[in-house]
Amino acid sequence: MGDHHHGPAKGLSRWLFATNHKDIGTMYLWFSFAMFLVGGAFAMIIRAELFQPGMQLIRPEFFNQMTTMHGLIMVFGAIMPAFVGLANWMIPMMIGAPDMALPRMNNWSFWILPPAFLLLLATMFMEGGGPAFGWTFYAPLSTTYAPPSVTFFIFGVHILGLSSIMGSINIVATVMNLRAPGMTYMKMPLFVWTWFITAYLLIAVMPVLAGAVTMMLMDIHFGTSFFSAAGGGDPVLFQHVFWFFGHPEVYIIILPAFGVVSQIIPAFARKPLFGYDSMVYATASIAFLSFIVWAHHMYTVGMPIAGELFFMYATMLIAVPTGVKVFNWITTMWRGAMTFETPMLFCIGFVVLFTIGGFTGLMLSIAPSDFQYHDSYFVVAHFHYVMVAGAVFSMTAAVYYWLPKWCGKMYNETMGKTHFWISFIGFNVTFFPQHFVGLAGMPRRIPDYALQFADFNMISSIGAFIYGASQILFLYNVIATIVGGKPISDEKVWDGAEGLEWTVPTPAPFHTFSTPPQVR
Amino acid sequence: MLRKARSVFWLAMFPVFLLLSGALSPAWADEKADRRYQVNMEPGVTEIGADIFSLHMLIFWICVVIGIVVFGVMFYSIYAHRKSRGVTPATFHESTKVEIAWTVVPFLILLGMAVPATSTLIDVYDTEDAEIDILVTGYQWKWKYEYLSDEGENVSFFSNLKTAQEEIYNEDDKGQFYLLDVDEPMVIPVDTKVRFLVTAYDVIHSMWVPELAVKKDAIPGFINETWTRATETGVYRGQCAELCGKDHGFMPVVVNVVERDEYDQWLAEKQAQAAEIAALMEQTFSMDELVTRGKDVYDRACLACHGANGEGGVGKAIAGSAIAMGPLGGHMDIVINGSRNNAAMQAFGGQLNDVDMAAVLTFQRNAFGNNMGDLIQPIDVYNYKQGQ
Repeated sequence: MGDHHHGPAKGLSRWLFATNHKDIGTMYLWFSFAMFLVGGAFAMIIRAELFQPGMQLIRPEFFNQMTTMHGLIMVFGAIMPAFVGLANWMIPMMIGAPDMALPRMNNWSFWILPPAFLLLLATMFMEGGGPAFGWTFYAPLSTTYAPPSVTFFIFGVHILGLSSIMGSINIVATVMNLRAPGMTYMKMPLFVWTWFITAYLLIAVMPVLAGAVTMMLMDIHFGTSFFSAAGGGDPVLFQHVFWFFGHPEVYIIILPAFGVVSQIIPAFARKPLFGYDSMVYATASIAFLSFIVWAHHMYTVGMPIAGELFFMYATMLIAVPTGVKVFNWITTMWRGAMTFETPMLFCIGFVVLFTIGGFTGLMLSIAPSDFQYHDSYFVVAHFHYVMVAGAVFSMTAAVYYWLPKWCGKMYNETMGKTHFWISFIGFNVTFFPQHFVGLAGMPRRIPDYALQFADFNMISSIGAFIYGASQILFLYNVIATIVGGKPISDEKVWDGAEGLEWTVPTPAPFHTFSTPPQVR
Repeated sequence: MLRKARSVFWLAMFPVFLLLSGALSPAWADEKADRRYQVNMEPGVTEIGADIFSLHMLIFWICVVIGIVVFGVMFYSIYAHRKSRGVTPATFHESTKVEIAWTVVPFLILLGMAVPATSTLIDVYDTEDAEIDILVTGYQWKWKYEYLSDEGENVSFFSNLKTAQEEIYNEDDKGQFYLLDVDEPMVIPVDTKVRFLVTAYDVIHSMWVPELAVKKDAIPGFINETWTRATETGVYRGQCAELCGKDHGFMPVVVNVVERDEYDQWLAEKQAQAAEIAALMEQTFSMDELVTRGKDVYDRACLACHGANGEGGVGKAIAGSAIAMGPLGGHMDIVINGSRNNAAMQAFGGQLNDVDMAAVLTFQRNAFGNNMGDLIQPIDVYNYKQGQ
């Protein structure tokens, strides 16, 4: 083991026993991309069935499995692990740490993910089919009326929760203990800040999700009645518990995205981030508010009007810190000297589309209007504007931005830009018309629809196929870069980039900051 | 560089234009879908709906104005502050005044939105003084409407999707109200405050009729209240809005708003029908009568899961089934009380009246090659239920 510290182990054991933050980050990123393709394939099946009115390709029960699995895989399998992978790669390099604080736990939190998703995907081949109750799995559809495979689903969610909690503890421990001398909290890069806050959100709400699925398990197998009125329980209790997890969860997804964008825009504007302090405070405010707005997902369950008003006001308030962020990004661009390489294009796409998603979010927060929007395609359009154009666009930007540093090779810029434009157009063609059909009265999660919605649904499906195809281009570009990209050796890949990660050699060696840097 | 980017852009756009041009002339495009390009919410036919619509438009236009300002600044910056124009970047990175301004101004705008939102919400919640109460119960996958009245019999009926399976599976042309048509709509009078008491039998459903500005979750074991007052007669169509299982997309809510006297007449007829069913309960039927009636009931209540020829599907096969060809008691038990092992097989005892129950049991025991020769009369069903 004498040469253990000089480089990675050979063969499979390098990955199986990985404790290096870069290797684990790489595994997270590849795993999440694989899940992104699986979840995307499910989305393609959904859009293919919705291409025309009538049932053509699949049966309604399978359609429900597709919408459920698409949501679960994208949220828990694609977006969350992607940002954890990014955190693994970048946080130690950004704060001048040699590795994550808890490397063996890091290994464990990654390696329990693949079995969890195998379990989840395997349910589709079980008798009665996989989960078909939506990614929000409202009881009693997910308990008394669920297929038998729901028990495997519950176990899968437990494992995912464990993985997330361990990953988060690791990030908190790393950020608190391994910052380089002179790296005070208010000097940390925004990406580190947003992840630090995200980690606390995860630690707070993942146990709540575990509690919700455990109560389901008890109701299904051990005769309890948490969610059944017949035994003195309440189906709405499930929704309160779920959304107490679920609303912070959507900020868990979007906060690291904010962090990425806050790193990239200054680099290509060649100007420091505007309002660093207010960015940190805005992130913290959003995190706090995320705990007191959950019931805005439940305006139609029949809450008393006082509750309805409280949740409406609290939800509207979120517009303030979110607005601050958008204004700060735009002011960062203002009077900069901008260039528009692929990462910057994706970030600008993010700002535009996320802001549109924010506007529809504000509309949805208004409880009386929400009686018309709730559970319609308007909601589907809204959350894809914030989830896809928010999280996925920023994640894509992050890969283009840091890939040259990771592998020491430059990606093909023309192909990157083509990827951006096809994604941007495909995304909008898919989701913009969904606002229209939602407002015109099309409910979400239906396998077939009335004739008046036919045109916009066909347009939406075409957009989805374009957007889906553009991801193949992305995959090709990344592989081509790793295999045969133009080698680069500048420490600073981008002339405007700032931060400790750009002070290490390119490609980033297996071990960085074995001796801590001094931050002024 | 710029030219290159532009050619990349048009290259990327090309397939979009190609596909869009094809999409805009789909084969079924005719007058059937009269609201084909509807892009916005409608005020509908209620005061609340009009209030919600104007609230919706108010917030929308505020967002549009903010969007124009924010994106305008951004795109100007993208145009003017690009490196290729030879600019040198500024170095400023904070301004307390500006940051306070863009925290406070949005807050004030939000206050302005909260006022009309609150007053509309208070109106939505005012369910007092309704003239008519209707108990709406969501079932997998149909609705039951029960008119609660102080005098006379309660009128109660199920409202099922009328669209034929052949239309859904593309073996037949799709009708004008594809997926939005029911065998028996709810009927309410115009200019009358109607209160809906909304609940569910099995899983959570949600009653949504956009033009009546009604959406309320139907939750098993709990009763929610909501209301409407339609100002115009007409047929208003909506759908279940909460995922409720396999046929969530196939349980429309159709409300027929009629003049008051027409409503009174309709209600009187329904009450007479209820009395008639009570009378039928005491009759004895022939095999032909039971099988004919039973087939109608089967198509309405059983076909979706058990198949048009009893071949099964989501549910087990009826043709050659050990239950339908087994002892009568077991057959009655599972149809009346539902399956203890499989929640998908509901209890139909409360959904079908005793005449229909007798008919469908007789039908199942004598159709699809199940030639049992059994004859079940309404009184048998009644006695079975009493004996439990």
